[in-house]
Amino acid sequence: MTTSVDARGRRGPHVSALARTRWRTAFLLSPPLLWFLVIYFSSLGLMLVTSFWSVNGFTNLVDHHLTGQNFHQIATGAYPAIIGRTVLLAALVTITDVVVAFPFAYAMARVASRRTQRLLLVAVLLPLWASYLAKVFAWTSILINGGALNWTFNLIGLPSPNLGFTNGAMWIVFCYIWLPYMIVPIYGALERIPSSLLDASADLGAPWTATFRRVMLPLVLPGLVAGSIFTFSLTLGDYVTPLLIGGANSTLVGNAIYENLLTGGNLPLAAALATVPIAVMVVYLLVARRLGAFEAL
Amino acid sequence: MGDQSAIDIRGVAKSFAQTTVLHDITLEIRDGEFFTMLGPSGSGKTTLLRMVAGFESPDAGTIRLHGDDVTQRPAHLRPVNTVFQDYALFPHMDVVTNVEYGLRVAGVGREERRRKAEAALALVRLEGFAGRRPAQLSGGQRQRVALARAIVNEPSVLLLDEPLGALDLKLRQEMQTELKAIQRRIGITFLYVTHDQEEAMAMSDRIAIMNQGVIEQVGSPQEVYELPATAFVASFVGTSNVIVRRGRTQSLRPERLLLLGPSMIAPDDVTFEWGNVVDVVYLGMVTRIFVGLDGGDDLVAVQTNDGSSTGAPVPRRGDRIRVAWRPEDAFDLETAVV
Repeated sequence: MTTSVDARGRRGPHVSALARTRWRTAFLLSPPLLWFLVIYFSSLGLMLVTSFWSVNGFTNLVDHHLTGQNFHQIATGAYPAIIGRTVLLAALVTITDVVVAFPFAYAMARVASRRTQRLLLVAVLLPLWASYLAKVFAWTSILINGGALNWTFNLIGLPSPNLGFTNGAMWIVFCYIWLPYMIVPIYGALERIPSSLLDASADLGAPWTATFRRVMLPLVLPGLVAGSIFTFSLTLGDYVTPLLIGGANSTLVGNAIYENLLTGGNLPLAAALATVPIAVMVVYLLVARRLGAFEAL
Repeated sequence: MGDQSAIDIRGVAKSFAQTTVLHDITLEIRDGEFFTMLGPSGSGKTTLLRMVAGFESPDAGTIRLHGDDVTQRPAHLRPVNTVFQDYALFPHMDVVTNVEYGLRVAGVGREERRRKAEAALALVRLEGFAGRRPAQLSGGQRQRVALARAIVNEPSVLLLDEPLGALDLKLRQEMQTELKAIQRRIGITFLYVTHDQEEAMAMSDRIAIMNQGVIEQVGSPQEVYELPATAFVASFVGTSNVIVRRGRTQSLRPERLLLLGPSMIAPDDVTFEWGNVVDVVYLGMVTRIFVGLDGGDDLVAVQTNDGSSTGAPVPRRGDRIRVAWRPEDAFDLETAVV
């Protein structure tokens, strides 16, 4: 670019080359950008606007006057309990998956041989190819009262845990289904840590607990947050697992949206409910950033 | 302390899978010494260093640091610190936090460790860089941070694993002088690993030359250069011609060889052999002349381009020539050469 303007101030061939590069970049970027703006943001925006509309009680038609009535409704009645249950369940599922995924990912990334590493990675990813419904049904058949779990417990002389159609059953199924989404990013983060960093920490006098806390954990945190975004948000928005394996007190936000949309015919209220998981995720990401989760990126 | 040994390695051996990387190594490194392990890659020098640090454990033998048997002691309990080849700076910490790391883990108070870290950064001439991240530093600066992070803990031995390997030539030469000066100033034992013989010669009090898991020779730079014990040492340290005459393997340094044209008279005290000049390489300070002897050996000779050799013209490719040397410059090597 130093030769782009020659001694007499004429523009050299490099400028047009630069301009061409710019056009090419714009050309390549515009389809995904367009998709992002039109499909993703505008639909989100539309939903946000819808959440301030209401439904006429007599005609069942959508009233396009803006009102905060839906949010008032969400803040009262049965909804706070549903939202609380959903967030609590999502948090529990996320914590459980972190606890299960970390040692697994650690063994994969830093202990296993190359061959075992590949085998384990395939084993983690394989369930993602199976249908979601098939997996939930498989777990239903394990957890229901006549299912494999009770049968196994009885066989070794223990009482039936009767987990079918409880919140506990939902917790187990969610943990199982989202686990790969937690293992893969943690594995990726762990694998990228040069072993000389862990050696250096030990060399400087740190026992492995200090090495874990001061070196490994901060470097894995971005992967851990990435995984937790999956497990947390996927649980926040799910409505199938509660239908199939949940009980009477297992209604989640997703189910509330579903009911208002299809049976209740209250599109604005459904839209208002749908903003709840989004708001929760925004708060979650802000907290994660505040804690320095993205500093090592 | 005085004549006590800083590191005492006795009968250490190590194998990985089927390959033996170290055979029965015994080595004593004196207190306050700048000691270098020199060898080609795969010679086992880094493995030996990692054993002293505690990252590898030997299959046999013992390692003592200032008399204490540390063979079974984990790395974090050994009074040594390491400067790693890739520096191994913590990317999520700034420079001063990196340097403080060892002190913080040891429970040193905030103010004291900040003071010591700043003193260490001053020692490596990095004042004013405390708040930078490792990613914002040049290779040479990272190297200095790694050095400061190690010496701030006042280890009894500092281990350096090819610390200058990633730097360019000029910076490397500067750092050699500086490392030696720092070692003199703080007076702790340096155990240095390198494959660069020039680097080893420039800094070391003593050098151990390693090859295929064995120590070939230990000695001062002058000793290993002028009195190489084996053919490997002769050829690895500097350039050397190894010849077999009357059943004896001998080493000839290129700068000790005299090249005589057909018209020149040989001095009385030299032996000479005839040959052809195969190649002449001008290197600025010196010219390197490759000679194929009629007897079959290939020799390298060096002439200094100092102007004084104008009487003896630089030979050209294809010239018939005599290569002469004084008998005392050809000395016997221990091992037979293939």
